[in-house]
Amino acid sequence: MKKITALLLILSLVLVMLTGCGSSNKNSDAGSDNVIRIGVYEPSSGDNGAGGKQEVLGIEFANTIVNKVELGGKTYDIKLEIVDNESSNDKGPTAAATLVGKKCSIVLGSYGSSVSIAASDVFGNAGIPVIGVSCTNPQVTLGNTHYFRICYLDPFQGTVLANFAVDQFNAKKAYILTKLGDDYSVGLGNYFKEAFEALGGTVIEENFQEGNSDFTAYLTTAANAGVDVIFAPTSTEAASLIIGQAVSQGINIPLLAGDTWDSSVILEAAKGSSQEIFVSTFFDEGDDSAAGSKFVKDFKAWLNANPDKLANNGGNDIVAAVSALGYDAYMVAVEAIKAAGTPDPKAINEVLWNVKYTGVTGDIAFDEIGDAIRNVAYIKRSNNSDASWEFVAIQSVK
Amino acid sequence: MEFINKNLPYILAGISLGGQYALISIGYTMVYGILRLINFAHGDIFMFAGFAMVYLAASTPLYVSIPLVIIITVILGFLIERIAYKPLRSAPRMSVMISAIGVSYLLQNLAWYFTSGLAKQYPKIPWISGSITIGSATTPIVTIITPILTVLLVIILVMLIKYTKIGMAMRAVSKDFETSQIMGININSVISFTFIIGSFLAAISSILYFTSYSTVTPVAGAMPGLRAFVAAVFGGIGSIPGAVVGGLIIGMCENITKGLGWTTFSDAFTFALLIIILVAKPTGLFGEKTTEKV
Repeated sequence: MKKITALLLILSLVLVMLTGCGSSNKNSDAGSDNVIRIGVYEPSSGDNGAGGKQEVLGIEFANTIVNKVELGGKTYDIKLEIVDNESSNDKGPTAAATLVGKKCSIVLGSYGSSVSIAASDVFGNAGIPVIGVSCTNPQVTLGNTHYFRICYLDPFQGTVLANFAVDQFNAKKAYILTKLGDDYSVGLGNYFKEAFEALGGTVIEENFQEGNSDFTAYLTTAANAGVDVIFAPTSTEAASLIIGQAVSQGINIPLLAGDTWDSSVILEAAKGSSQEIFVSTFFDEGDDSAAGSKFVKDFKAWLNANPDKLANNGGNDIVAAVSALGYDAYMVAVEAIKAAGTPDPKAINEVLWNVKYTGVTGDIAFDEIGDAIRNVAYIKRSNNSDASWEFVAIQSVK
Repeated sequence: MEFINKNLPYILAGISLGGQYALISIGYTMVYGILRLINFAHGDIFMFAGFAMVYLAASTPLYVSIPLVIIITVILGFLIERIAYKPLRSAPRMSVMISAIGVSYLLQNLAWYFTSGLAKQYPKIPWISGSITIGSATTPIVTIITPILTVLLVIILVMLIKYTKIGMAMRAVSKDFETSQIMGININSVISFTFIIGSFLAAISSILYFTSYSTVTPVAGAMPGLRAFVAAVFGGIGSIPGAVVGGLIIGMCENITKGLGWTTFSDAFTFALLIIILVAKPTGLFGEKTTEKV
């Protein structure tokens, strides 16, 4: 009897799997001649899962606005193929291969530079162009012709933040905390260090390991050294731990970070405390340009109308910069498809170099490496009494 | 004085972290003592208690939600044992272990699914969330409470095992599984009771841990769980005082290496220490030497 139940259980599992595969195959075969697939290579689990989800939200929202494109008198539906790269360098290439298998014309992503670098070759070999949304490490686009990106780069971001630290706080000494083995974190930390030292400051550098949750020792070291600012370019998970422990230890040193910290998770962590937090980011929710404010209004309405999307945004309707970037990346991809006039990835790759688009995060055009030409970053600070971001300055590099 | 002022925060944080590891590692060590099973799902029960608190505190006052969290966690621990381990009682030990790994992943992935993976802020608990200043160090009150509560709970636990009937049954079962069964001990209730105690301590330590590290994520249980497991092995798996001493040493070690500026090596140092102890004393600090009966 036991054996029969076990057999039945296994059988039902296998059947579920088979039917699952079967139906998805059917979908991808049906009418493939008038569907254009845009791959979304983003993490929805792992360290960067939270940010990745917010980026996907921007892309999904853009897809609800423009979901058809006309090429040579024929109307194509644009369909998103979303995979989860699990924020992991080992699993990323497999997820990327899934997108290649689904015959995507162009791919967007990823949040997190390491996973983008890990999957670059998979897309390159298949001849599929990729638009990086918020991967800021220079290595992503360097030395290849298929990876583009629409955000600014870490050397720029690090310099901006170093300039800001000196301008705002007259900082002489900075503490840099980065995560070992994370290209984004270590890279941005280094660029900040270079720029900060060039401006005449000194730095103390330390790093932490995957899975570390006790930051009291790091913060104590920073406080003992009497630094003026703490620079911690980390994932939001580590960030909320760092903030929580800084608050309970009464460390009243301003915290500075890059684009990843521009998330409602940070605001929640700092709420009600006196901890000062400054981030550099791609987009400001209070942006009053016509395109920006319309995007913010419509995006909030869309989030509030879809409870599951709202949950993916952390249960509130604060617009993350990566959502705005996701939106722009999708629109740039659509522009490229239009310019190419065909769903063929190679043709799209050719025309991407010359695509120009004015998005909600500003004008987008690519340079000879494939990076968007950007020269300003928004600096925001957390308002801890009502958990919102306050615009501080548009910072450029001296 | 200057030296103490500068280093007090590291030591305080170390003791507090160690106390929390100790409470989790008791769960590992007790289950191992009785079932010879490394309950990999234990760290995730700890994480589950954290999320339960986040959601319950949002809708109920704390004097309701704290006991409720403890009760729910205990029920979860009990159910896991009944559903995932009890049917495998006569199966090879390896099968139970794999079942435990399965439960661990199940809990983690359920948490991903229901929380959408975004870090959740742990509610502030009055009395233990506030900060106090000792000498030069400002630290959450929970740092002071944790070691005291740990010692208190361990004393109660040791008394329970030494002087009560169920404690005697637990000792008997851990000595010899089959014989105690023949002697009329209901091993299923003894095992359930062990899981209940383990989950209870995991719930308490999750309250203490997340009060000082106020972020709950679906993988929040993995690393403390692993460290607590190491602590249990360090102290001699199966021994409760061993688990406590092991937890404290691992917690202190971690913070002192970081305090010395060797942040890159803090994990390496901890695990190197484990290897040295195991080479010198294979059963761990307080482990009993067992003679294998042929």
